[in-house]
Amino acid sequence: MSAKSVKVDLLARVEGEGGFHVKIRDQQVQAVAVKIFEPPRFFEAFLRGRKFSEAPDITARICGICPVAYQMSACQAVEDAFEVQMDPAICELRRLLYCGEWIESHALHIYMLHAPDFLGYEDVLQMAKDHPDAVQRGLRLKKIGNTLMTVVGGREIHPFNVRVGGFYRAPEKRQLLDLAEELKWARDAAVETAHWAGGFAFPEFERDYEFVALHRGNEYPMNEGRLVSNRGLDIPIAEYEQHFAEDHVPHSNALHSTNLERGAYFVGPLARYSLNFECLSPLAQQTAKDSGLGRECRNPFQGILVRAVELVYACEEALRIISTYEVPERSFLEVTPRVGTGHGCTEAPRGILYHKYRFDERGLILSAKIVPPTAQNLKTIEDDLAEFVSSRLHLPKDRLQWQCEQAVRNYDPCISCATHSLKIWIDRQ
Amino acid sequence: MTTHPNVIVIGVGNPFRSDDGAGPAIVRLLKGQIPPEIKCLEETGDGAELLDAWKGVECVILIDAIQSGAPPTTIYRFDARTESLPVWFSHASTHTFGVAEAIELARHMDELPPKLVVYGIEGLDFSPGTELSPEVAEALPAISRLILREVLRLTSSKLAKSV
Repeated sequence: MSAKSVKVDLLARVEGEGGFHVKIRDQQVQAVAVKIFEPPRFFEAFLRGRKFSEAPDITARICGICPVAYQMSACQAVEDAFEVQMDPAICELRRLLYCGEWIESHALHIYMLHAPDFLGYEDVLQMAKDHPDAVQRGLRLKKIGNTLMTVVGGREIHPFNVRVGGFYRAPEKRQLLDLAEELKWARDAAVETAHWAGGFAFPEFERDYEFVALHRGNEYPMNEGRLVSNRGLDIPIAEYEQHFAEDHVPHSNALHSTNLERGAYFVGPLARYSLNFECLSPLAQQTAKDSGLGRECRNPFQGILVRAVELVYACEEALRIISTYEVPERSFLEVTPRVGTGHGCTEAPRGILYHKYRFDERGLILSAKIVPPTAQNLKTIEDDLAEFVSSRLHLPKDRLQWQCEQAVRNYDPCISCATHSLKIWIDRQ
Repeated sequence: MTTHPNVIVIGVGNPFRSDDGAGPAIVRLLKGQIPPEIKCLEETGDGAELLDAWKGVECVILIDAIQSGAPPTTIYRFDARTESLPVWFSHASTHTFGVAEAIELARHMDELPPKLVVYGIEGLDFSPGTELSPEVAEALPAISRLILREVLRLTSSKLAKSV
């Protein structure tokens, strides 16, 4: 009879506060719990009674890393409820802003949070001693993402230039063209990032996930599309709640989302990539191949590679948008409130972010629902840990704990988002 | 001929969090008093931005509001080249890295400016709001004068060297 546990009370290098506990009895994993103890933040409740125009700015405050995602999903949901036909020029500018957030968020996760796992360092400070050039590259990449957000969104954290219907003010052509040289550097640095990360050792671990992501024609998804999966799901976002539900679990202040028919599912870079590989640019596809990825990726530890490929894509996409940009005649469309319900879903760096609002005739919010990507991945993270630990029971405790932490960080979990925070416990006797 | 003294003053903080805006408020006070060739920056405290701001700069004076538990308006001065900032200088932010982390990262990468002086001003109220607490607001001119003296000392010694 043997029993043990792997227990991490406060997980490092994640956004927010949480931990995990894996309970092992008789050489079998008995229970896994990703504990989310960051307190719930009740955003949905305090949106009630607020004006439609406040939704993007209030929800942006849920997260300092992906505020644009909240703004984009919120705007889309409002515009859906008020039946606004968006101007393509504004959609392009929104996509450019989203590129900034992807670049900033992916660079932060790849270099500051995830790479130390693969290179064997406690944190990026330790890593910087031996790999100063890599850390400098990561910082400069993050910086160009921030700059893009500042130029388009007004500032890098919680941009204030976004409004329902578009932007308060469109950037000048010159302001965007000035970013091109640095973006070209960033695109090349992103390719270098993928090659660098391609040399890391990845644990042998694959699971048959249901990947869920947006999909829209030939466009790599960010702001628009239908929800699709590799299990045949293909729905407009308005049908989200017919297929997915949120449940409360005792050990978590974040709700767990499941697919009503099939249970746990996977959102984020691996899902986007595997469902939309054909939509990537030739350079991004080539970079994926050169760094050792196939057309589909089912090893969550390789998420760092997929993020690097998306980094390449986001830099190229930003360059494309900038090269054809003309200041739009109108930076926003006027919207007229009406009674109705609207749905929004966009691809945050960590995966799909769903918003739903119900409005009265004055455009006041009657109810709000927000489902962030991390809440959708929590069940999958727990399943990964159970399977991962089951096949590695022979490992010494500290090694096992290290790899478990890494398995959670694969998802770049944003606990602040999920509670609208992470700690680890492996219990082995 | 004199060359550019290459000194910058950076006020760090969030002006929407009451006394957290003390650093930027001091920088605004200093702006009218220090030689115009000295760059004054107001930063939110994002570590990556700080590393970028002091790239290639010889002398950096950084001012940040802190919560060490000392009486409000207590002033700390650190020579960050020779010592690490105390633990309580780190902002408990999981989303980004702050002043102390940026300094340590720069130290590891050998990217610290040749001179880096950090002033910590003990705040009282860090709740949402754009006004400093009366205690901190009242102490601001005296703190500014103290920092101005250091800036002038640094620039005059630099200028003297470069003549």
